[in-house]
Amino acid sequence: MHTFGYRANALLTFAVTALAFICAIASFSDKFSNQNPSAEIQILNINRFQKKSHGNDEVSLTLDIAADLQSLFTWNTKQVFVFIAAEYETPKNALNQVSLWDAIIPTKEHAKFRIQTSNKYRFIDQGHNLRGKDFNLTLHWHVMPKTGKMFADKIVMSGYSLPDAYR
Amino acid sequence: MGWIGETVDSIKSIQIRQLLTQAISLGMIVTSALIIWKALMCVTGSESPVVVVLSGSMEPGFKRGDILFLHMSKDPIRAGEIVVFNVDGRDIPIVHRVIKVHERENTGEVDVLTKGDNNYGDDRLLYAEGQLWLHRHHIMGRAVGFLPYVGWVTIIMTEKPIIKYILIGALGLLVITSKD
Repeated sequence: MHTFGYRANALLTFAVTALAFICAIASFSDKFSNQNPSAEIQILNINRFQKKSHGNDEVSLTLDIAADLQSLFTWNTKQVFVFIAAEYETPKNALNQVSLWDAIIPTKEHAKFRIQTSNKYRFIDQGHNLRGKDFNLTLHWHVMPKTGKMFADKIVMSGYSLPDAYR
Repeated sequence: MGWIGETVDSIKSIQIRQLLTQAISLGMIVTSALIIWKALMCVTGSESPVVVVLSGSMEPGFKRGDILFLHMSKDPIRAGEIVVFNVDGRDIPIVHRVIKVHERENTGEVDVLTKGDNNYGDDRLLYAEGQLWLHRHHIMGRAVGFLPYVGWVTIIMTEKPIIKYILIGALGLLVITSKD
């Protein structure tokens, strides 16, 4: 009952249980943080808007993105993954979400930024319905913790639209 | 010759009962582990409620050896969710993020494109020949939580199966030689 084997086993079990408990508490503490992120996106230019050879519309645009996500960081945060998606509807599809740009924010200091960039991923429709289309730009963020539950949320900004003719 | 008979008798009478008891306790342990696993499958609604991250395509968020907890609900699949999916014909699940969603009006069917955070291009190279989109039935669950480093045990046992055999052998030996 007091051999080395028994003692090592008891110690290991206790250590693992305590570690699991600490991880759970660390994750739970994330519930108490107060979060108020803000963001603003402007479309600076529509660079290209064409119907491609495969019959689908493609848009290339330049965005001005200003965001303050510092309040999302807690002591249990490993990184925040942020991306911008264009959301719109077409006669064929009730919902389309196309990711235009994303970034990984590793620390709180990097979380307040302003950049101008063209879209990282191609904005291609299933079809050719984009002329004159109104769409929302949503800024999504995904908080990845050092341990435990991940949570995600978004800010929806509406009022953007594409030109009526190809260019 | 009498003592041979005695030892044979003692072997037959004592060992069998002890052996059976130990075999049954081992069976109980294995079955309770199975029960817990199946219950997890029920609760999370996913066929594999816990997966190990095998590649570095989602770094720095998920490193090789992390464990992900999955949950599958009837909620529609939306951009930004981290999903685990199986490509037709391959049985290793892949954990990547959804970057494009096109959902049909009436049927609710959805075309999904995924990409690993750390990869340069999207996952079309990983999909089956000629497949451009994932559909709902490919997706096994959404990642909702994670534990770092714990999955290395599974990776070591899969990539160096000799360790698995050594471990099971040692466990078997421990069960047989223990007195209770």
